[in-house]
Amino acid sequence: MIEAALSGLWYGFGVALEPHNIMWCFVGVLVGNMVGVLPGMGPLATISILLPLTFGMKPVGAILMLGGVMYGAQYGGAICSILLNLPCHPPHAVTCLDGFPMTKQGRGGVALGLTVFASFVGASWGITEMIFLSPILVRVALQFGPAEVCSLMLLGLLAGSTLARGSPIKGVAMTVVGLFLGSVGTDLETGSERYTFGMTELDDGIELIALALGLFGIAEFMNSVNQVAPINTKYTNVSIKDMRPTKADMKRAFFPMWRGTIIGSLCALIPGTGPTIASFVAYATEKKISRHPEKFGTGLIEGVVCPEASTHSSVQGDFIPTMSLGIPGDAVMALLLGALMIQGIVPGPQLITQHPDIFWGLVASFWIGNIMLVLLNVPLIGIWVKMLAIPYRFLYPSAMFFVCIGVYAANNDFFQVGEVVVIGLFGYILLRLGFHPAPILLGFVLGSRFEENFRRAMLISRGDIFVFVERPISAVFVALCALLIGSQIYFRLRGAKADLEPAAENIVSGVPPELAAQRVSTPAE
Amino acid sequence: MRLSSSLRELIGKRDFYAGGLMLLLGLGITLKGSSYRGGTLMHMGPGFLPTALGIILVLLGISIAAASLSGDGDGDSHGHGGGESILPEHPQWWAWFCILMSPIAFIMFGRYFGMLPATFACVFVAALGDKTATWKGTIILATVVTVFGVTLFSYFLQVPMPILTFRGEL
Repeated sequence: MIEAALSGLWYGFGVALEPHNIMWCFVGVLVGNMVGVLPGMGPLATISILLPLTFGMKPVGAILMLGGVMYGAQYGGAICSILLNLPCHPPHAVTCLDGFPMTKQGRGGVALGLTVFASFVGASWGITEMIFLSPILVRVALQFGPAEVCSLMLLGLLAGSTLARGSPIKGVAMTVVGLFLGSVGTDLETGSERYTFGMTELDDGIELIALALGLFGIAEFMNSVNQVAPINTKYTNVSIKDMRPTKADMKRAFFPMWRGTIIGSLCALIPGTGPTIASFVAYATEKKISRHPEKFGTGLIEGVVCPEASTHSSVQGDFIPTMSLGIPGDAVMALLLGALMIQGIVPGPQLITQHPDIFWGLVASFWIGNIMLVLLNVPLIGIWVKMLAIPYRFLYPSAMFFVCIGVYAANNDFFQVGEVVVIGLFGYILLRLGFHPAPILLGFVLGSRFEENFRRAMLISRGDIFVFVERPISAVFVALCALLIGSQIYFRLRGAKADLEPAAENIVSGVPPELAAQRVSTPAE
Repeated sequence: MRLSSSLRELIGKRDFYAGGLMLLLGLGITLKGSSYRGGTLMHMGPGFLPTALGIILVLLGISIAAASLSGDGDGDSHGHGGGESILPEHPQWWAWFCILMSPIAFIMFGRYFGMLPATFACVFVAALGDKTATWKGTIILATVVTVFGVTLFSYFLQVPMPILTFRGEL
């Protein structure tokens, strides 16, 4: 077992170290790091913009690059939080609490240095987890029939929508909308057209890129245009020399770092609890077990490294269900799965055996990419800090161009550029009505596979809907679904908060609510 | 933008409208879906799943709206919207219009004149939405993005779209 994993890893390094793959990985982490720093641009929008550029590439290179954007952005987000008190990316919102006070005390460099180190430790742990856990999961998952796959997807979708940010019932509604949008176009089994309203351009369904760019590009731009406050760059002079932590700092950061890592990796295993929840839980835990909890928020190094390590360990861990089961935990993972599907690769447990180059190449590239990020972040911090000063009025019009050309280049079709406008407007209305559009993408990507497996399960069982509870493994998943819904209703009736984030938010009441959302707000200075 | 108090109260019921929107969407999906063949559970037709989704969405919409009317809301005041109003504090109608028109300008200019004017128009229109935008700054930004963008997409990535063309059949 371990031997197989290690030989797989060895093979993966061979793939990831091929010159063009290493180049794509570098491009990915560099772009990711950059947009992570830029306020108002998230990894979701960036991956969607880069997605059309990968069509001409080999699948391995494409996925290495897009994956690199994802974890590269996490490194950049920390810089933004610590130096500017700007939680532009939700997972880093808690880092502001102790990171920015440290900056004000002139110890921002140390906080950054230790963050980079903690991130690397967290990420390495997440990768190790992926190496050993994925093959086990795959071995179990290969036994699954359509009924099991179906109920597992249901569990994934429910967890992804109820445990994420915001109201659970609205999250479920968004997932259903996503599943519906996935069914637009020609029905795979019968060949009849659904919801195309006579438009032949919709026969192939709604374009994933148009959906992603509409929801996370245009809708987000509409949300933040003219709302972005000028950035306070008073504390952003950090040199490499400042980043070196003292021995005492290292000692204090050591255990919180590991606690954060473990919390992050546990959160990654529960579908739907992504890096954001991991970082909140980590901060809350660290505060609880600390001997002087009242000092949190005044610039404690523990309050910086623990959530950061947990974010990174969770980001890497999120790849486990995505790559081994084909069930994405959040919208970014759904997008990466979509990228694989565009390349003609069917996600699912057979991926590791059928495309070992993709799986092991990706795992190995995580390590290479993380080392690159550590090396990049230390000398380039000055450049990143300068990039923070790019005003939003230059940023979003340029991004609009990338949105348009990206959607056009997907199929060389202007119709889809029109699609993106409609979806963007719809997405903004949803935002204003208090919906979080991320589960739409989750439902959309899983939609056609869910329908296919549901049909197959029904065909095999001769139309008996109880097949889902009669087969033992499937019954477990269904029971977990019921537990999830039941607990939400129970907490709701008791008036307590069911989702983790608001609970954590109460603890870290220093963050105003709108800061936790993916939105740039006024720095508290 | 000042609103009278009754109007403010009406748009303050955000969840009511959220539920209503889901309800309407679900109804639409169900009605349209029932025109497709439903089939049996064993041999499902193309209309089965969408219709089922539509019905679920109707039910979800009703419960979201009902929760908002029963007074307790759903406690989601910390969402993207922040607050209970549908409109943000400072509505940016002009900026929203510009952002939505920008891809449309791209389509129009792209279809008839090619990538170069399309890029320029797309960035130009979008940039006008910012309240601090000046003509000069907007033109400079659009020019820079056009030069960079056309080089990248036309020469390096070979997107098959003519750089400059004229199709007279307007």
